[in-house]
Amino acid sequence: MISLRARAMTIIGLLVSVLAVFVHAAVAQDNPNAFNRLMKPPSERNAPPESDGIHDPTADGTLMLQPPQESFAGLPKSRSGNYVNWSEAIENGQLAPRSDLHNPDAQAIVLDLNIIREVKGSMPDVVYPHKQHTQWLDCSNCHPAIFIPMKGANQISMASILMGEKCGVCHGKVAFPVSECRRCHSKPKPMDQP
Amino acid sequence: MNFRLSTIMLAATILGAMLAFNTESQQAQAEYADVVLNEYSEDAGMRPVVFPHWFHRIRYRCKVCHGDLGFQFKAGGNDINMVKIIDGQYCGACHDGDVAWSIENCELCHSGMPDTPTQVHHSTVSQLAGKLREASEAKEKEAEE
Repeated sequence: MISLRARAMTIIGLLVSVLAVFVHAAVAQDNPNAFNRLMKPPSERNAPPESDGIHDPTADGTLMLQPPQESFAGLPKSRSGNYVNWSEAIENGQLAPRSDLHNPDAQAIVLDLNIIREVKGSMPDVVYPHKQHTQWLDCSNCHPAIFIPMKGANQISMASILMGEKCGVCHGKVAFPVSECRRCHSKPKPMDQP
Repeated sequence: MNFRLSTIMLAATILGAMLAFNTESQQAQAEYADVVLNEYSEDAGMRPVVFPHWFHRIRYRCKVCHGDLGFQFKAGGNDINMVKIIDGQYCGACHDGDVAWSIENCELCHSGMPDTPTQVHHSTVSQLAGKLREASEAKEKEAEE
């Protein structure tokens, strides 16, 4: 049997919590100085399908789909995109996606060749690694339609990448986005350069 | 004893209410590179398709679909329809009940939120376009006032 005092405390508790909810909601909505107000907090990353905003939670299929967090739990992290470092996951053997539709043992044909692209501005030069790209792709995915396979033949600008051309065909859509500047611009210019 | 019980109940009620109302915003939080395909779906009375890149790249390298199967690197650029899928093209190369579950599981693909246009979710291009659209809408509003 709960005493009168306990009951009274519960009622007070309910009232206080209702008040707290209103205050909390008001603060969350109206605080103009909220910390990182435009950034997605880590708690909202990799949402399950039923609450991710593009799956219909009333569709039966939605609830059968795998929540990404379940899949990503053990994979190496990155700071953007899916918050998974996919290349590292292949490199360290955690993932071994198949290279052929029918033959599970087919190996990817990997080309280990770095291309250095000197850039005009103050940013470090770009090191383009064929290795990480051929672990996922065939030569014919990029050459010759997106990149002419000849030194100096390809004009690339950040503007075109942002608009989804050149590197931007994948980077900014499915591969890590351009906010990860240093993953491409990784070779410091010589100090004596004017 | 009763006092302790009531304190616990008080704390529990407050905590419960805080948790219940601290819900996430209703903005789309879907995975980077989730593709929504709505070229034909809603016109045909089905929900849009959501294609999760992340799930597929864990199992197959990009080149298998974007090469061997002929998928162009463009959302909505492949003119996929159910006849082609049944005939083993595009999605149908795997979704045949042998490699992956078969097409009678309509709602596993056609699970998109109604009225979602074809897009690569969270792509830089769509974010830039979104910002441009917001800016132009704001300008129009200003002009009206």
